[in-house]
Amino acid sequence: MSRPEIRVSGLHKSFGSNEVLRGIDLEIGQGEVVCVIGPSGSGKSTLLRCVNLLEEPTKGQVFVGGTELTDPDVDIDAARRRVGMVFQQFNLFPHLTVTENLTLPQRRVLRRGKAQAAKVAAENLARVGLAEKADAYPSSLSGGQQQRVAIARALAMGPEVMLFDEPTSALDPELVGDVLAVMRMLANEGMTMMVVTHEMTFAREVADRVVFMDGGVIVEDGAPEQVIAHPRHERTRHFLSRLLDPAMADVEEGTTDQAGTSD
Amino acid sequence: MTDTDTRLQPKKKGLTRRQKRSLSRGIQYAVFVAAVIAFAFAADWDRLQNQFAQKDIARQMFPDVITLALKNTVLFTVTGFAVGLALGMVIALMRLSSVGPYRWLAGIYIEIFRGLPALLIFIFIGVAVPLAFPGTEIIGGTYGKVALALGLVAAAYMAETIRAGIQAVPKGQMEAARSLGFSPARAMVSIIIPQAFRIILPPLTNELVLLFKDSSLVLFLGVTLEERELSKYGRDLASTTANSTPILVAGLCYLLITIPLGFVVRRMEAKAQEAVR
Repeated sequence: MSRPEIRVSGLHKSFGSNEVLRGIDLEIGQGEVVCVIGPSGSGKSTLLRCVNLLEEPTKGQVFVGGTELTDPDVDIDAARRRVGMVFQQFNLFPHLTVTENLTLPQRRVLRRGKAQAAKVAAENLARVGLAEKADAYPSSLSGGQQQRVAIARALAMGPEVMLFDEPTSALDPELVGDVLAVMRMLANEGMTMMVVTHEMTFAREVADRVVFMDGGVIVEDGAPEQVIAHPRHERTRHFLSRLLDPAMADVEEGTTDQAGTSD
Repeated sequence: MTDTDTRLQPKKKGLTRRQKRSLSRGIQYAVFVAAVIAFAFAADWDRLQNQFAQKDIARQMFPDVITLALKNTVLFTVTGFAVGLALGMVIALMRLSSVGPYRWLAGIYIEIFRGLPALLIFIFIGVAVPLAFPGTEIIGGTYGKVALALGLVAAAYMAETIRAGIQAVPKGQMEAARSLGFSPARAMVSIIIPQAFRIILPPLTNELVLLFKDSSLVLFLGVTLEERELSKYGRDLASTTANSTPILVAGLCYLLITIPLGFVVRRMEAKAQEAVR
């Protein structure tokens, strides 16, 4: 592992009296793909949103590419340009066409010229296989297509790091594959990626590391074959058994599903 | 199941529900028609026509009622709307600001100007402003004063409408914009406000209709002959001719604008409904 692209140290985050993250330390190296898994309410989405400061950490530090984002004097808008983010709900701009979704941020934020922005937009739409939807409005696309446009929009800004917040959770099952294929392509190209997901197949095959979170802390962190196939901790085993075979799970006394507000 | 539920069977005796419903509907229509007929017979149509529908008086109002009065009404309304929209936008953004004093100021403004009759504000602009700043003229003379007075009233309502529109844009839109590196201000201008305006276009057009009618209050500012709008023009002419026909014509001129506008609003609302689906 070369110099860490993302470094999180001593990270705490509370919403009122609800402590969602209780001291997270995590390093992600350049070109590494890390999947974060865990039950709902475990704080994995909050952790991801703290990495580009969409949530303000209560305590602790976040570094991306050597810049401390938690420094109060940092130019957070400039820092965020280096971090692409993909949301569960796509969050495309519905009043703009697909191409405008890609060109407007380039022109307004990066001050690129019209021709250059259009060229970068076309390249990235082609990368996600949606060149023919350039002039469509987001509402006319399927969920899977919208999510691929959202990925292209983030890529058009030339990020060094990509964050994915449950990118396939809002999709119909048959559309998940297209989005995962694009993410796999990015991983193969050497993009540094942090992915919150429930897609265990993706985690097993694409991730360099898998991080299991529960109750606001990292319980287990290691290679996919270790964390997914041979988990050391009972909590990890329990979560994986419920996830991989939900039909066989026993009824539990409401333990898992209570704090899941920010997921 | 051998014995069927008898409660669901049509009753043998008396009226069914369906029959009762149509009987009740029939009675409502009959009452309504009887009321209209009674009203039509009771009114003295000859005197009404004499007072309100003199053809030659109506004819002598043209073309001034259009080229002068209606033109001024439209001019007052549009300038007032423009001032109100600009001021309302500023106040709405202040209301949503994270800076406390901005929020309080905007809140105070909205409460005051929404709570006062537009009439009082016109009098205030006409009397208090020249007193407070002697020697200064509001730019545009009467037109400037009307735009300011109407704008001050409209801004309070529009600020609340715009605020609601901005808050109706999903939170994820701002998050997506911020994650792409937009500053909060630039995200507001490029991403949030364009979407908010699509949501609030119908209520804003309604506000335009309201301003149309409020523009009649200009007569409390004291206007020259050239600056008269529909209501003032109609009243003046009614008193010189000792006949109310000009009032009716002026009223029809308002409807000439407000009815098509209302139609446009309903079209936009229907379209917005469709877009949601």
